[in-house]
Amino acid sequence: MSKKRIKWDFWNIVTMVIIVMFVIFLIYPLLNLFLSGFQETTRVDGVDISTWTLANYTNFFSRKYYTEALLNSFKLTFSVTAIAILIGVPLAYFMSFYKIKGKAVLEILFIISMMSPNFIGAYSWILLLGRSGSVTKFFSGIGIEMPSIYGFGGMLLVFTLKLYPFIYMYVSGALKKIDVALSEAAESLGCGGIKKVFTVIMPLVTPTLVAAALLVFMNCMADFGTPALIGEGYRVMPTLVYSEFVGETGGSANFAACMATIMVTVTAVIFLIQKWYVNTKSFAMSSMRPIQPKKPEGIKSVLIHLYIYILAGLSIIPQCMVIYTSFKKTNMQVFVDGYSLDSYRKIIETAVSSIKNTYVYCFIAILVIIVLGMLIAYLSVRRKSWLTNLIDTIAMFPYIVPGSVLGITLMIAFNKPPVMLAGTAVIMIISLVIRRQAYTLRSSSAILYQISPSMEEAAISLGDSPANAFVKVTAKMMLPGVLSGAILSWITLINELSSSVMLYTANTRTMSVAIYNEVIRASYGTAAALATILTATTVISLLIFFKVSGSKDVTM
Amino acid sequence: MSVSIGIDNVVKKYGDLTIIPDLSVHIKNGEFFTLLGPSGCGKTTLLRMIAGFNSIEGGTIKFDDTVINDIPAQKRNIGMVFQSYAIFPHLTVRQNVEYGLKIRKMPKDEMKKKVDEILKVVKIEEYQDRLPERLSGGQQQRVALARAIVIHPQVLLMDEPLSNLDAKLRIEMRSAIRDVQKQVGITTVYVTHDQEEALAISDRIAVMKLGVIQQIGTPQDIYARPYNAFVSTFIGHSNLFYGTVNIDGRKKKVTFRNGYSVEMPNLSDEVKDGEEVVVSVRPEEFSINSEGLDCEISSRTFLGKYTNYFLKFDENMILPDQPGIEYSQDLGHVDRILEAGEKIRLRPNPNKINVFTKDMEKSLIKDVKRYE
Repeated sequence: MSKKRIKWDFWNIVTMVIIVMFVIFLIYPLLNLFLSGFQETTRVDGVDISTWTLANYTNFFSRKYYTEALLNSFKLTFSVTAIAILIGVPLAYFMSFYKIKGKAVLEILFIISMMSPNFIGAYSWILLLGRSGSVTKFFSGIGIEMPSIYGFGGMLLVFTLKLYPFIYMYVSGALKKIDVALSEAAESLGCGGIKKVFTVIMPLVTPTLVAAALLVFMNCMADFGTPALIGEGYRVMPTLVYSEFVGETGGSANFAACMATIMVTVTAVIFLIQKWYVNTKSFAMSSMRPIQPKKPEGIKSVLIHLYIYILAGLSIIPQCMVIYTSFKKTNMQVFVDGYSLDSYRKIIETAVSSIKNTYVYCFIAILVIIVLGMLIAYLSVRRKSWLTNLIDTIAMFPYIVPGSVLGITLMIAFNKPPVMLAGTAVIMIISLVIRRQAYTLRSSSAILYQISPSMEEAAISLGDSPANAFVKVTAKMMLPGVLSGAILSWITLINELSSSVMLYTANTRTMSVAIYNEVIRASYGTAAALATILTATTVISLLIFFKVSGSKDVTM
Repeated sequence: MSVSIGIDNVVKKYGDLTIIPDLSVHIKNGEFFTLLGPSGCGKTTLLRMIAGFNSIEGGTIKFDDTVINDIPAQKRNIGMVFQSYAIFPHLTVRQNVEYGLKIRKMPKDEMKKKVDEILKVVKIEEYQDRLPERLSGGQQQRVALARAIVIHPQVLLMDEPLSNLDAKLRIEMRSAIRDVQKQVGITTVYVTHDQEEALAISDRIAVMKLGVIQQIGTPQDIYARPYNAFVSTFIGHSNLFYGTVNIDGRKKKVTFRNGYSVEMPNLSDEVKDGEEVVVSVRPEEFSINSEGLDCEISSRTFLGKYTNYFLKFDENMILPDQPGIEYSQDLGHVDRILEAGEKIRLRPNPNKINVFTKDMEKSLIKDVKRYE
C-alpha cells in the first residue's frame, strides 16, 4: 500500500497556516509564561542565566503580602458578582414583565454603560466622590465627611455599576425565550406570584444566569484599570502583577509570570466549573408565544420605575461626568469655574497620536479577527476532524486569559530574539486580536450552523474552486452577522486597557492608555477630553450596531 | 370535586375589538364538552376566560354556584393542557407531575402514591426520571395530561392538545384522553378546530363562528341535523342546492331547479308555499336512481371503503363558490366503479337531507334545536 499523501487543497493550507499562527502567538507564549514562573533569572557577566526553581511559588504562598492580594481578588470578585446578580436579575424581570415608560431609551443607557470601559467609571467616581471630588467638597462644605471612595468600597461600587448590565442583558434574553404557556401552566396548577417566579421562571433562566455571572466574574477578576485608579491600598492580583512586572521597585518577570499563571489557573477552574454546570443542567427551550409585558399598577408601578430610573441614572453618571468635565476650564490641571475647550486643545497638542493609534490598531485587529474568525469557524463546523477540533479548543484559550496576563505573556515571549516585537505596534495589534478572537469565533460558528452546506456545494458543482466558493457564497452569507458582532468587538477593543498597559511605549500609546496615564498624573481635564472622544466613538459605534443588526441584543 | 360550568352573557373585548359579543352555555358536571370552530372563532379565547388567563368584560362564569370572574387563575383549581404542552423543561417527568401537589403542600408519601397512580394511568411510568426534551410528542402530551389531572381539578381545560402530533398518534391519544377523562370523571372543556376529533371524543359539541355559538348538541345531532348551513358545511361535507318549497294540501315537497322534487314530511310548520330554500345534501345521502338530479362525473378518488366522486352540475342548480360537489359511493353495495365523464342521476335521501332558509341561517326541519 502506498503512503497516504496529504492533498494540499485550500482548506488544508488554511489549517496549517492557522496552526502555525497559534503555535507562535498563543501556545509558545503561554508555555513560555508557565515555564518562566518556575525559573529564576540571574545576571552573570551581562548574560541572563535561568535556573529551575519553585521559589516563586513558595515565595508567593508564604508571604501574606501576596496571598492577601489573591484573597482580596476573590473577595472583591465574589461580592461584585453576587451584587450584580441581585441588581441585574430583578431589573431584567421588571423590564421583561412590565411595561416601563421610556424603555427604549433605558435599554440604550444600560448598553452604553455596559460597553464603556471600567476605568472611566472609576475615574469619574473619583471626580465625584474622590478626595477633591465635587460631591465630597459639597458635603464637607456643610460639615459632613463622606466615606472614602478609595479601596474595597469604591471598587465594589464601580464594578457593580459597570457589570450588572451584563446580567441584565443575558437574563432578559433568556426571559424572552420563555413561552408564556409555562407561566400559565404554573398558574393553572395553583402557583402564582413570587412562588411562580422562584419555582418556574428563575430555574428556566438559571443556565443563562450562570453564563452571565461567569462573564462578570472574569471581567472583574481580570480588570486592571479600576483597582489601579481607585483601589489604592487594597491590593488585588492584576495590580500586583502589573507592579511586579513593570514596577520601578525592581520586580522580577519570573515572579510576575508565576502570579499570572496562578490567575490563569483560577479563571480556568472557574470556567471549567461553569462549563460543566451548563453541560449538565442545560435544556432546550422554544417559545411559541413570548411573555407580553403587563402594565404595572399603583405603588408597585412607582417602585419599579424608581428602581429602574435610579439604576439607569447611576450607571450613566460616569459618562455624563466625563463629558461635562471635559468642557471645564482648567488651571494647572485643576478644574476652575467656567467652561472652555482648553482640554481639547491640549490633547491636540499632546495626544493626537494616541487617538490615531487606537483607530489604526483596532481597525487592523478587527479585520484580522473577522477573517480568522470566519476561517476557523468554517474549519471547526464544516471540516470536522481531530485537528480542527484542536484548533477550536485552542482558539478558546484567550477566553480565560485575563488581559493583564496576556500582556505579560506576549512581553515575555517576544522581548528577545528571534522574535523581537516588544515596543512595536505589531505586538499591540496581536494582543488585541487574541483578546477578542474567541468571541468572534463563537458568533461566527453559530451563524455558520444556520447556513446550509449545500449552497457552497452547489457553487463547487458548477465548477467553482473551494476557496472561491467559500469567499463568494458562504463568507458572503456569514458576513452580515459576523459584521454586527465585529462592531461589538470593535467597541471592546478601543476600550481595551488591561493588556495594552503592559505593552505600550511612548509611540504606541492608545487612547485608553493615555487616559489612564493622565488620570494617574491627576491631569483630569485632558483625561476627560480623551474619555469623551472614546465614549463618543463607543456610542456612535453602538448606534451603527443597532442600525446594522436591527436589534439591541448585545450579548456576546 | 368536579363541577358544572355556567357561562352567562359573557363578553370579551380587546380594546375596541369585540371577540365574543354575548355568549351563554352550560356545561354539565362530568361532561366532555368541546368548543369547535375555525381559527379566530373565539374558542381559545373562551377557554382562557374559563381558565382565568383572559379577563372577562361582561357577564359571569360560574363553577357550580360560585362566580369565578375575579378569582385569579391559580386559585380556580383548574387543570389545563396547553397546545405547546408547556412541560417545565428544567424538571423531570415526575417532578413536573409533582409540581401542583407540592404547591398544595401534600404530604410526601401521599404525593408519591398519587403520582405513581397517575403515571400508570397515562402510561409513562418508565420515563418518570427523564427530562422532557428526551420525550416524544405523544409522551410529552401524556405528561401534560397527568400533571393537569393529578391535582384533582374542578375542571379540565384542553387547548388543542393534539394539534402538534402526527395523524396516527392523534387518534391514539384522543382515545387515551377520552379513557382517562371517563376514568376520573371530570368536567372537561376541549378546544379543537378538527371536526373529526370533536365528533370522536365529545359528549356535546359547541360549534362557534365569529364569537357566536352556532349550535350545541351531541355529535350525532350536529352531524345529522345541523342548525344552519355553516354547521352543515363545517362538520363533514355538505353539497348545497337551490330549492323551492311546494305545499300541496298536507304534502310538503322540496323541488330542485331541474324540476325534480322530493317529499319531505319532516319540514317544519313555518314553511310557506313557494318559499325559496337551500338544500344541504351530504355525499353519502345520494344514491344512483333513474329519477333525480342530472350530473356528470368530473373525477374520482378511490379511498378503499368507498369512492369519492367529484360532480359537475348545471350551474344554476347549486350555490356558487362551494369547494366541490361530492358523492360518495359505499363499495359494499355496488358492482361497478363509475368512470370520469359518465352522466348519472342522483336521488337525495329525503329522510336525511337538511333544508335551510334562503339566508342559510336556520334549519327548516322539524324539532331541530339550536342549543341543546
